[in-house]
Amino acid sequence: MVVIEKITSPFRPQTSGDPNIAPPKRYRRLWRFTIIMTMMITFIPLGVMTMVNYHHDQKAYDAEMSYMISQILSNTKRTLEFIMEERMSALALIVREKPFSELADDDCLTSTLRSLKQSFGGFVDLGLIDSNGNQLNYSGPYDLKGKNYKNQSWFHQVYLRGIYVSDVFMGYRNFPHFVITIKYDKEDGDYFVLRATIDMDLINRQIYSLDLEETTDAFIINQNGVLQTASKFYGGLLEESGIDVPTHSRNSVVISESKRGNRRQTQGYAYIKDTPFILMASAYLQNPFQHWASRRSELLWFLGITIVILTIVIIYRSTYMVNRLRASDERHAKTLHNIEYTNKMATIGRMAASVAHEINNPLAIINEKAGLMKDMVSFSPDFPKREKSLDLLTAIENSVERCSKVTHRLLGFSRRMDIRKELIDLENLMREVVSFIGKEAEHRNISVNYNIEINVPSIDSDRGQLQQVFLNIVNNAIAAVKDGGRIDISVRSEDHRSVSVSIADDGSGIPKENLKHIFEPFFSTKGEFGTGLGLSITKEIIDKLGGRIEVVSELNKGTCFTITLPLRT
Amino acid sequence: MDKIRTLLVDDEIELITTMVERLEYRGVEADFAVSGADALEKMKYAEFDVVVVDLKMPGMSGPDIIRAILKNYPKIPILLMTGQGMSLEGEDIPKGIVGYLPKPVNLEELITKMREAIKANG
Repeated sequence: MVVIEKITSPFRPQTSGDPNIAPPKRYRRLWRFTIIMTMMITFIPLGVMTMVNYHHDQKAYDAEMSYMISQILSNTKRTLEFIMEERMSALALIVREKPFSELADDDCLTSTLRSLKQSFGGFVDLGLIDSNGNQLNYSGPYDLKGKNYKNQSWFHQVYLRGIYVSDVFMGYRNFPHFVITIKYDKEDGDYFVLRATIDMDLINRQIYSLDLEETTDAFIINQNGVLQTASKFYGGLLEESGIDVPTHSRNSVVISESKRGNRRQTQGYAYIKDTPFILMASAYLQNPFQHWASRRSELLWFLGITIVILTIVIIYRSTYMVNRLRASDERHAKTLHNIEYTNKMATIGRMAASVAHEINNPLAIINEKAGLMKDMVSFSPDFPKREKSLDLLTAIENSVERCSKVTHRLLGFSRRMDIRKELIDLENLMREVVSFIGKEAEHRNISVNYNIEINVPSIDSDRGQLQQVFLNIVNNAIAAVKDGGRIDISVRSEDHRSVSVSIADDGSGIPKENLKHIFEPFFSTKGEFGTGLGLSITKEIIDKLGGRIEVVSELNKGTCFTITLPLRT
Repeated sequence: MDKIRTLLVDDEIELITTMVERLEYRGVEADFAVSGADALEKMKYAEFDVVVVDLKMPGMSGPDIIRAILKNYPKIPILLMTGQGMSLEGEDIPKGIVGYLPKPVNLEELITKMREAIKANG
């Protein structure tokens, strides 16, 4: 999770910056939703196509394996049947063409065996057996003449069927072989049997010649499931294979998918005509996914790279879109706040103007009445208590003047949207601004000190808007300092083109991480009491007036705002 | 300079009468009118060097009175009194005003402005 956080952090929607201020979860949710939905829309069809490809590949692989097994079975079946048929036909010809008396002759039988070996191969020995099961003649490497087979099952079988092929066995010879026995009915009603031993090597060579892969096997079982040839998977010669003997079929049969333990395999079988042999072939199937992955590695690489690229693009685009949306929402909200703020200030301005106007008229009357009385006293040298009366009337006039200043200040304070230029003495302006909030400073015992450079030129700027700027900063300073703190206001010439006003306090200061965000809209550390717009509007006004604002702050030591303004806006 | 003859126009009768009395103490021949119609009527029968008009008045407003006076007496200098402080921002001020004074009016300043206006008028 930490790794994912680190990787995706450059792509995440921007937040207000201050970890103490809750990030807009709405945008996070929108960001996540956009990414998930886009990824689903993009990757689901891709996934479906991959699955379809996987499924088709699987089917093709299974078909391919079934075909291979089918080919092995049909070719080998044909070959083995030919071999068996060839040898059975040869033996049938011998018993038909050679009379019993000739076969009973040692030389003739030996000569016949030699001919068979030379012509067909695989023959080991030949024996002539009469109807009592006595081996009358024998040609071969062993001494089996005179042996009786009457009680052996094959003898009974050949008597019934006329021709018989045995299972593979080791016998006296101690090597795997099988026998082909053929009965011949003599004209006198008696019969004899010619018995030939065939070396199993003849069959094995056919199977080895298939040159099968490690995962493919071909072997022969008998009808009891005993292995007639060695098997790679099922065991050695004459061992129990454990295979359920399949039902008889004239053709080769392929079972496309079967299980052996945990492995999938394709298996098939073919009965070898007129023999007890069943040819078996099986091939282990690869793990479907591994097989698919090995065959479609290019596709998988392409898929992987596509997913990575699409993921990056989706995250980047979603982040870009959400950030744009957020910026747009912020601009919209800022505009609304500005309008609200402007309306509020305009309302305050109108109320102030109305109150001031209503007060000005009675003040003017008081002023005129006091003035008239003063005139009357002044022009009457004998007026009783003339000096005292003049002092009192002057006091009234002074009070009226004080009231008048207040009303004029109220009238001057209204926010204007357009820049209205006039010559402004910054010292007067600062004193005027401080006088608005002077009472609070006085109550909290905050000292406001002025450090005004001599001969600072007046500037040509907008009085109302500058009032608003300085009022905001001085208000912030008063909020930041403790009771008994101090605020220093300095006004000085920067060069021939600009003047600067610094407002420094010894308050709580601004943490470093907040300092770079204080001019951003909606950034506030006053919780529900601040709109986070004060300093952003301040900066906007100063920018509009062609000036600049800078802030230096140290935690628990204080903050100093410096506003530099051009002499002419 | 001859005695200044002035007409003060304001609906605040307490204020205007006191101002007239004080101006007379200072050698200014002053009369007053409490409305635009009253002012125009008085100007028919008497000659004035300068007229002082309050900005905000019920009925015919200050600017309307000024326009009416200037229509009949285009050369007469007119001073404006205002309870709006030093700013005339947003007010409908007709051309022809030669100066304005915030209320409460400083009488000495008013007389100075009257003299300057008459002098400028020739």
